[in-house]
Amino acid sequence: MNNTPTLPREHLHHLRIGFTANLVVAASVGAYGSVLGLLAAQKGLTWFQLLIMNLSVFAGSAQFVMVDMWFPPLPIMEITLAVLIINMRYLLIGASLNPLFEGKSLFQKMLFIHLVADENWAITMARFHKATTTIWFLLGGGICVQAAWCSGTILGHRLGAVISNPEQFGLDFSFVAVFTALVFSFWKGRQDLFPWLVAATVAVVSESLLPGKWYIVCGGISGALVAAFQSVKPEGQADD
Amino acid sequence: MINLTPEQATWLTIFCAATVTYSLRLSGLLLAGRLPKTGRFKKFMDALPGTILLSLIVPAAIGAGPIGWLATALTGLCSLKTGNVFVSMLVGIVIVAAGRWFGL
Repeated sequence: MNNTPTLPREHLHHLRIGFTANLVVAASVGAYGSVLGLLAAQKGLTWFQLLIMNLSVFAGSAQFVMVDMWFPPLPIMEITLAVLIINMRYLLIGASLNPLFEGKSLFQKMLFIHLVADENWAITMARFHKATTTIWFLLGGGICVQAAWCSGTILGHRLGAVISNPEQFGLDFSFVAVFTALVFSFWKGRQDLFPWLVAATVAVVSESLLPGKWYIVCGGISGALVAAFQSVKPEGQADD
Repeated sequence: MINLTPEQATWLTIFCAATVTYSLRLSGLLLAGRLPKTGRFKKFMDALPGTILLSLIVPAAIGAGPIGWLATALTGLCSLKTGNVFVSMLVGIVIVAAGRWFGL
């Protein structure tokens, strides 16, 4: 008896390996999530409000900025605008996932795209050109990261009364640490050197010149533009 | 201007943030289907993951001060040499925690 042509067994398999592949970064997500929980508790958000925010927004740096701006009466427009700017990179992230979603229905796209965070996206993209990678792998990672994000933030929220200074334990730095550990899986060779230098420089300069988190989009786009327009030639051959 | 209770304002803020974020995720995915998949544009899209991650890290790492710089450098080095993301991550966090413990 086999009425379903694509049996969920293979999907489940990819869901599982996606989940497992993200366990390591999830540990870090939980760590900086606990910092967010502490801050949210100090701003008077209830754990339930925080949980709903996690499930519906599901974007680490944007949620940090939201909680940072959380003073009554809530500046709803300003917070929404800030979230828009910080999460502008999801346009690019969503676009880069297009090959993975090749041939999938609109319904699946609408469903699966919600659980895309920086972390499981990075893990999925790093694997994409090396091994069979499906949207189920992406989703498995998303569930893993979401679970860690919720546990970390709620734990931090509950611990709010106990720990007053989470920075002392270096937990806030885990955000930088996890992406530093991940970024090298995107290094494809010497042709990346110049685009990466440009991305880093533009990010640093625009961070000091522009408000909010525009620097992520500026650095990312300019580095990728350099990669698109540089001519990669063998050694010793002159540029035309 | 409608007057909202603090409770209502909280939910409305979360709702707006969630809607904006979801729209960005989905429109990126849907719009990319209409874009060319060859040539310079493909090179551009292929390079994006690395350059976005880098732009996310570098300003934050620089802002973390001398101990943060050391921690970032050693995290990167460890990741390059061992390929172990978890250990590399831990190296960074432990260095920052130790540095702050000693008031550096």
